[in-house]
Amino acid sequence: MMVDVMQQLLPGFLIPYFNGLMQLGQDTFGSAWANILTLVWTVIKVMLIIAPLLLIVAYVTFWERKIIGWMQVRIGPNRVGPWGLIQPIADGLKLMLKEVVIPSGADRSVFLLAPVFAFAPALAAWAVIPFNATLVLANVNASLLYVMAMTSIGVYGIMLAGWASNSKYAFLGGMRSAAQLISYEVAMGLALVVVLMVSNSLNLGEIVKGQGQGRFAEMGLGFLSWNWLSLLPMFVVYLVSCVAETNRAPFDMAEGESEIVGFHVDYSGMAFAVFSLAEYSAMILCSTLTSLLFLGGWLSPVGFLPDSIFWLFAKISAIIFFFFWIRATFPRYRYDQIMRLGWKVFIPVCLIWVVVVGFWMMSPWNIWK
Amino acid sequence: MEFKTFVFYFLSTVLVYASLRVVTLRNPVHAALHLVLAFFSASGVWILLQAEFLAIALVLVYVGAVMVLFLFVVMMLDINLDRLREGFWSYLPLGAIVALLMVAEMSLVIWATSSDLFDHDVAQTAAGYSNVQAVARLLFTQYVYPFVLASVILLVAMVAAVALTLRGKRLSKSVSPAQQVFVKSKDRVRVLQMPSEKRE
Repeated sequence: MMVDVMQQLLPGFLIPYFNGLMQLGQDTFGSAWANILTLVWTVIKVMLIIAPLLLIVAYVTFWERKIIGWMQVRIGPNRVGPWGLIQPIADGLKLMLKEVVIPSGADRSVFLLAPVFAFAPALAAWAVIPFNATLVLANVNASLLYVMAMTSIGVYGIMLAGWASNSKYAFLGGMRSAAQLISYEVAMGLALVVVLMVSNSLNLGEIVKGQGQGRFAEMGLGFLSWNWLSLLPMFVVYLVSCVAETNRAPFDMAEGESEIVGFHVDYSGMAFAVFSLAEYSAMILCSTLTSLLFLGGWLSPVGFLPDSIFWLFAKISAIIFFFFWIRATFPRYRYDQIMRLGWKVFIPVCLIWVVVVGFWMMSPWNIWK
Repeated sequence: MEFKTFVFYFLSTVLVYASLRVVTLRNPVHAALHLVLAFFSASGVWILLQAEFLAIALVLVYVGAVMVLFLFVVMMLDINLDRLREGFWSYLPLGAIVALLMVAEMSLVIWATSSDLFDHDVAQTAAGYSNVQAVARLLFTQYVYPFVLASVILLVAMVAAVALTLRGKRLSKSVSPAQQVFVKSKDRVRVLQMPSEKRE
């Protein structure tokens, strides 16, 4: 696999050297060489996803500041580089050079492990995300379950950060955010149950393909046959739960600069930066999942335009813009109101909708055949 | 050595190490974290056995939900390690008996089902074979009554937990958030139009 691709990509004068290298490896390692090649090829593919992702994360923070600036009639960052374009790099460099202060009495190993726990799941989930009908790192049968399992680990970062800081404020903040994440995960999971009921599959690629069928798709109005319309309540629940899961405003109990203190109050430097990297990559992941599950992924909205990966990117960008928009618009929720919304509104709505869709699918008016 | 074998030994080593640390570590939070690591390695071993649904469910349920609640409790408790260690010798005989019984039972199960455990090939499944469908088909046809029964028992446990925390009438004077979210600004603020006054 890797050998074929490399022979196509490399310029002509390098191919003999490449073949020589392959021959050398074959001679040295024998039968293990194929395994080593598979490993190297997988690592390269992983890097091809993670490196652009980190770059996008950096520029999402930039666009967030710009867009919120424009919404509040400010200019936003405009000093570093042309139009302020180097600002995220400068921020990253500054954070890397700062000292990571570890509070006395803190549990050192857990304190440093917590940001990793927050960040790693948000990256690991990308392994099964399909970018178009063929472009996917690991085409797992139960990829939706895998994404749910990975994102459910992110809560450890928050809890451990709160506990390991050895501070009551951080601990209370950690408990508060962990309770929030767990509550909204339930609503999110139930919304996903409805999606996989109608698409009859746990594979993200199959779920997207299923949305390209139906009466509206045949009429060339593909965007009406996507799940967002037929499962509108679930779409709303999922989108709002996404905002809550990623700790974004107006659900940003985790930060709460003005009135309460969050779980990462004792973090500084790069350890703090990893938390915010985790927040932004989780946000991009959530937007991607919403576009795949409810907005038809890479499918084209109208019949006369071809399906393409650019549709997926456009949908993701639109949802990320939506995240920024509500951050600039709404004031922060109070904690008991967050809990009420999650447990008393979203979960009952989802439970009822599971039953409704079940009956709908068994009735003669089933539209998902 | 085949790559799969290497992965298996790696995961098993981590699993055994993590499980040992769960019982030997003094700090309960560290012990719980090692339990998380043990669950993770176990799910890796299950993936090697091509039971991907069970493996993901293990991570989703045990790592994502059960251990989080465990950590919640462990972190909030003020555990005095010295007092915990006092009873070690008096509890040892009971613990040893339970452990021996478990070892005996497990080895009986293993040796009864397959005497040729170590040269036993796991049945390879076809590429398109879906574990989830196979489990669901069994769960909703052959084992539907035990399945429904288990869910009813879980429901009873949930109702019991609610009943334990619900202690009679609420005596605090807090306002229901249901009423609060429907408040409009004109219910709370009255804007007066005052004509400006002239100085005499």
